[in-house]
Amino acid sequence: MPVLEQPSLGQSSLGQSAAGPSPDVLQQFARGDLDAFEALFRRHQAEVYRWIVGIVRDPGIAEDLTVETFWRIHRAHARFDPARSFEAWARRIATNAALDHLKSATHNFAEKARAWDDAPDPVENLPRPPMPDPGITQEIRTKTAQAFRQLPPKLQVAATLALIEEQPYKEIAETLGISAGAVKLRVFRALRLLRKKLKQQGIEP
Amino acid sequence: MNTSEQERIATLLKKALPPVGAKGITDGASDSAQLNRDLWPNMLRRLQQPPAPLLWFESAWFDWALVAAVAVWLAFFPAAIPVLLYHL
Repeated sequence: MPVLEQPSLGQSSLGQSAAGPSPDVLQQFARGDLDAFEALFRRHQAEVYRWIVGIVRDPGIAEDLTVETFWRIHRAHARFDPARSFEAWARRIATNAALDHLKSATHNFAEKARAWDDAPDPVENLPRPPMPDPGITQEIRTKTAQAFRQLPPKLQVAATLALIEEQPYKEIAETLGISAGAVKLRVFRALRLLRKKLKQQGIEP
Repeated sequence: MNTSEQERIATLLKKALPPVGAKGITDGASDSAQLNRDLWPNMLRRLQQPPAPLLWFESAWFDWALVAAVAVWLAFFPAAIPVLLYHL
């Protein structure tokens, strides 16, 4: 399958583009120019998608949320300051869109949990570690993933970005609009809650 | 919860949910983490959709709740009216 060009693949993060869009494009976008918006969309869609799929871990949902993110970006064009970073702004909106999705998903989790036991988890479509630890069975991995999905969405996002995607705390803090200390606190609370849930299922981490 | 316990849970979490975003694709681990189609047609369809109509009480319920709270407050504390006017 063809893969879209990734303009900042080397740095691999939405917030770390080697060269951002030109100031002219950003100013035109802020004035509501659709061509400028299309240029920004085409330049950043892959990065926004990658950021979102790291949080929601479902390629189909990540595609929808990428469109949702750019829809929010388009609606908010008048509030965008061209002097500031478009990437950081887009990342923040993308995180909020992913967070909104997780909130609705967590809300319905109890109803879906039983069905998920039988149906293939979206996580299964995503990569396995290259060298799985033989000490950790598939059942433990599945239960851990499900327990993690039951955590409050804000904790999920902080823990996903910090522990799984290994993004710097400072960057996560900017994205979430909180301090780095608050991010660390959310990660700690996520781990503590996850430990509690795993123990309830008889798994001793 | 001590540091080593935190690390153990973090490791378990990472085994259960391996990275798929920024770090994952640089290892060439997965095509799922890469966008393999142009989403602009979807975006255009979204842009062409008429905005969902918002009822006035849906869009401004918080404003009305705030107005009601201020009205109640002023009814009980009329002496606060000059203070409120000063800050407007």
